[in-house]
Amino acid sequence: MAEYKWPPMDKRRVMGKRIARLDGPMKSSGRAKYPSDMNRSDLLFGALLTSPHAHAKVTSIDVTAAKAIQGVTAIRVVSGPGTEIQWAGTEVAAVSAVTEEIARDAVKAIKVTYEVLPHLVKEDNLAKVGARAKAAGEQVTGDPDKAFAEAEAKTSGDYGIPVITHCCLEPHGSVVAWGNNKIDFWPSTQAVSTVGGDLAKMLELPATQVHVDCQYMGGGFGAKFPADRWGAEAARLSKESGGRPVKMFLDRATELTIAGVRPSHFAKIKVAGKKDGTITGWQSESWASGGIGGGGMAPLPYVFTNIPNRRMNHTQVSLNTGPARAWRAPNHPQASFLTCAAITDFADTIGMDPFDVFFKNVAVSARPEIYRKQLAKAAELIDWKKKYSHGAKKTGTLRRGLGIGIATWGGAGHASKCKLTIHPDGSVEVEIGSQDIGTATRTCITQVAAETLGLPMSAIKVKLGDNSYPPSGPSGGSTTIGGVSSSTRKAAVNALEKLFEKVAPSLGVAPDQLEADDSRVVAKGNPAKAMSWKQACQKIGPSPISEMGENEPRTAAREGLNTQGASGIQMAEVEVDIETGVVRIIEVVAVQDCGLVVNPKTAESQVAGAMIMSVCSALMEERITDQTTGRVLNADMEFYKLAGLPDVGKLTVHMDITPEHDARGIIGLGEPCAIGGIAAIANAAANALGVRVPMVPLTPERVLAALANRRNA
Amino acid sequence: MENFEYANPTTVKEALSLLTAGSEVLAGGTDLLSLMKDDVHKPKRLVNIKNIKALGGISKAGNNIRIGATVTLDELASNPLIRTAYPSLVQAALGITSPQIRNMGTVGGDLCQRPRCWYFRSGNGLLNKSLVENGENKYHAIFGTGSAHFVSASSLGPALMALGASVKIAGADGKTKDVPVSQFFKAPNAEGEREIALAANEIVTDILVPAPATKNATYEVRHKQALDWPLATASVALRMSGAKVTSASITLGHVGPTPVRASEAEKMLVGQTITADTAEKAGAAAVAGAKPLSQNAYKVQLAKVAVKRALLTAAGVKAV
Repeated sequence: MAEYKWPPMDKRRVMGKRIARLDGPMKSSGRAKYPSDMNRSDLLFGALLTSPHAHAKVTSIDVTAAKAIQGVTAIRVVSGPGTEIQWAGTEVAAVSAVTEEIARDAVKAIKVTYEVLPHLVKEDNLAKVGARAKAAGEQVTGDPDKAFAEAEAKTSGDYGIPVITHCCLEPHGSVVAWGNNKIDFWPSTQAVSTVGGDLAKMLELPATQVHVDCQYMGGGFGAKFPADRWGAEAARLSKESGGRPVKMFLDRATELTIAGVRPSHFAKIKVAGKKDGTITGWQSESWASGGIGGGGMAPLPYVFTNIPNRRMNHTQVSLNTGPARAWRAPNHPQASFLTCAAITDFADTIGMDPFDVFFKNVAVSARPEIYRKQLAKAAELIDWKKKYSHGAKKTGTLRRGLGIGIATWGGAGHASKCKLTIHPDGSVEVEIGSQDIGTATRTCITQVAAETLGLPMSAIKVKLGDNSYPPSGPSGGSTTIGGVSSSTRKAAVNALEKLFEKVAPSLGVAPDQLEADDSRVVAKGNPAKAMSWKQACQKIGPSPISEMGENEPRTAAREGLNTQGASGIQMAEVEVDIETGVVRIIEVVAVQDCGLVVNPKTAESQVAGAMIMSVCSALMEERITDQTTGRVLNADMEFYKLAGLPDVGKLTVHMDITPEHDARGIIGLGEPCAIGGIAAIANAAANALGVRVPMVPLTPERVLAALANRRNA
Repeated sequence: MENFEYANPTTVKEALSLLTAGSEVLAGGTDLLSLMKDDVHKPKRLVNIKNIKALGGISKAGNNIRIGATVTLDELASNPLIRTAYPSLVQAALGITSPQIRNMGTVGGDLCQRPRCWYFRSGNGLLNKSLVENGENKYHAIFGTGSAHFVSASSLGPALMALGASVKIAGADGKTKDVPVSQFFKAPNAEGEREIALAANEIVTDILVPAPATKNATYEVRHKQALDWPLATASVALRMSGAKVTSASITLGHVGPTPVRASEAEKMLVGQTITADTAEKAGAAAVAGAKPLSQNAYKVQLAKVAVKRALLTAAGVKAV
């Protein structure tokens, strides 16, 4: 039985090192070609006609005039007469043409009539949603009534976090060519090994007929797993256009309207506890929406899951808006914000430093010791104990404050298969049906293979982004790094075993007495018995060694290569201009564990990216819908506000790399680091102002309104 | 975007002859092209004026400083004459925190750009009173006029107005006229009317700014530090005798369909020294007549603070 476990921390040469991403120069120079960059001479352009109404029935559709436009190659009706449209932006028809301009002209020439039906696109005020509210039941643990009746201190607060979108820089879409019983599919996807099957199913074809190729993709954040209706329609347009490839990407407005949202979450939260900061009771009445399907309850209370006495009520609200999709740690950022805000307000009310209240109450979390260490580290990095003062004591026009946010995540590796081939000339290639969604997956796979084979990274060629390679899971749930690292490790160990069998006779030792190190194959404990990697590979014979490695989630924990359970603390310092309500980030600190860290540099980069997303969501990002027209008013990058560099402030990332965490194996990182930042920033603003701003993002109007409410109270 | 003709004249006269009905002047294009892509505006012909040399450059012209209409925002903000005499113009231009837009956008274009009202930009018209009043109006006017609840998007307009500048316009008849910036902006009364006093067959050729004899400043309140539309701005120009104000000019931006002059605040500052107290009072006076909509009362406070901080900045007193 081969030994797959990771080399000891202090013996690793490549893993655990700060290595710049291999495709960085390709990306920054524009040589990396994304699916939306594809530009072939035979390319056709697809465009969608979408519904202007949030709720309507299609009564007629006439494509005659559009068909007559020269250059139009095919038109498809997606939502025919009788179809009930449930959100503005729903695909009604699709067109392909020889230029993008003609396709768009043709879309405009399609005549559709609708029977307009009543719609609801706003849920911030639960009293106004009427029959769209659906109670999702009550959960009670312990005796919350008694806990609140006997509590030394009680607080009650209203909190809200709105719908935001994924706003992928490269919008959703693909290039697809359907010719001669074969479909070539170039999607911008997070799911190379499964998206082809998804498309085949929609087109009622065998999965074997779809070839997927996605070498680079410009952001998905959980919204780019399926082939999508627009992918299937692009394929059908291609077929109807004689198999020419059709490029169909959503325009910015459509991207922000129908390509996925993070559900909102609102709650009235009551906390009961002792004056020493011990929390004894929790009651929440919450509601949420992510579109027509409503919105489930976020995991409340978050992290502090074992508060002894709890009562939670939740209501789902159905809206005529574009549907929810997984958004980087689904429901966790909302839960972290709601919970950490309520706990901070409790601390403020009893006059305690929130740090002490968090520190005390992580006792009711799943990982008290880890959180205590991380709280202490984050506090040290942001200099909490020196800087913190209660909000009521702040003076001046520019006021600074500190806040805490907390995170938990799973992140075990997904199912992944990898094929590693050692050629007789010594070259090595790794084939894996995974994807690099911007997280440096390519680089990390290369590191694992190089580490295992005792070779420099330059000796390894990694091939991914193609579904003809062995299947590897979609990049969701922060499962990729654990999955692909484990399968690559196992494939490399298996291939190395085969190589050792070929080499052993020449060195006169048993195969299991050989190791690969520093581009050589060496007898363990006898460096004199060695040959170079190249010499060793000449012993392979004419046919290369090609071995598989597999990460199987059910057995992975036993093997110890990857596991789950990441924790993180983020702290923020902000400065609020109390005359304008403008909130500025001074610093955000993240302390994050994720087990064995394959590449601390790219890991830090991933955390920094998540912190920037948190800055956006905490300060400015919000989908704004209009109840009269039923439309999204800011489906653009002008009023759908995202942070620019001057807005981000200082980001300090501390990867919690310790022998204890390392011994757990690899754990996913992408999502846990995207959870606590909003809470940290919102709490820092509450501390600076001495009053809670109930809703994020912290816009000037909300900040000024909170200050005015305090003056009037 | 609809198809259009593209004309590339090299003289103002030639450009004017090309500006027939349905034509539109193209300078930096940072606004016009997005209006066309969104089908909000469908000109039949674009007349590019960037190749007309006479429309460029910044120079002294008698008692005025002349700024050519096609001078870019970046040229404006980096010009030594402007930097020395008109910090309020430099601050307004640098408030557009995108080098790309400052490199493409022009001074004339800044004055002629269309409002950013999201109902207008989504094809619901500029004067859709009921949509705005019953809808999402947090970015709209607190000094609305009639049905006009949009805000003027111009960054330079308020600063130029406070400086007493005028716009030189060339008309089809070959004649030119100077229109004070305060009269250049106007609130339209009907859909289809423009929000500037420029006929379809006219071109802004120059902006004339009176010789600098003032302390001036612009203060913007923006939600984001990176590129973002201001929520409220104030531009001030003060004539001083020693520490005392002899005359004040104060204009608010992004709070009404035109830049809004704060006459009461101007009057009360005469004879005063600029202090935190007098600046605060002037700010309060400047917004006394505001009539906010359902969601934008906060802009009253922002405009007030902008006035206070612009005055303090102009007077060389620390504003925050």
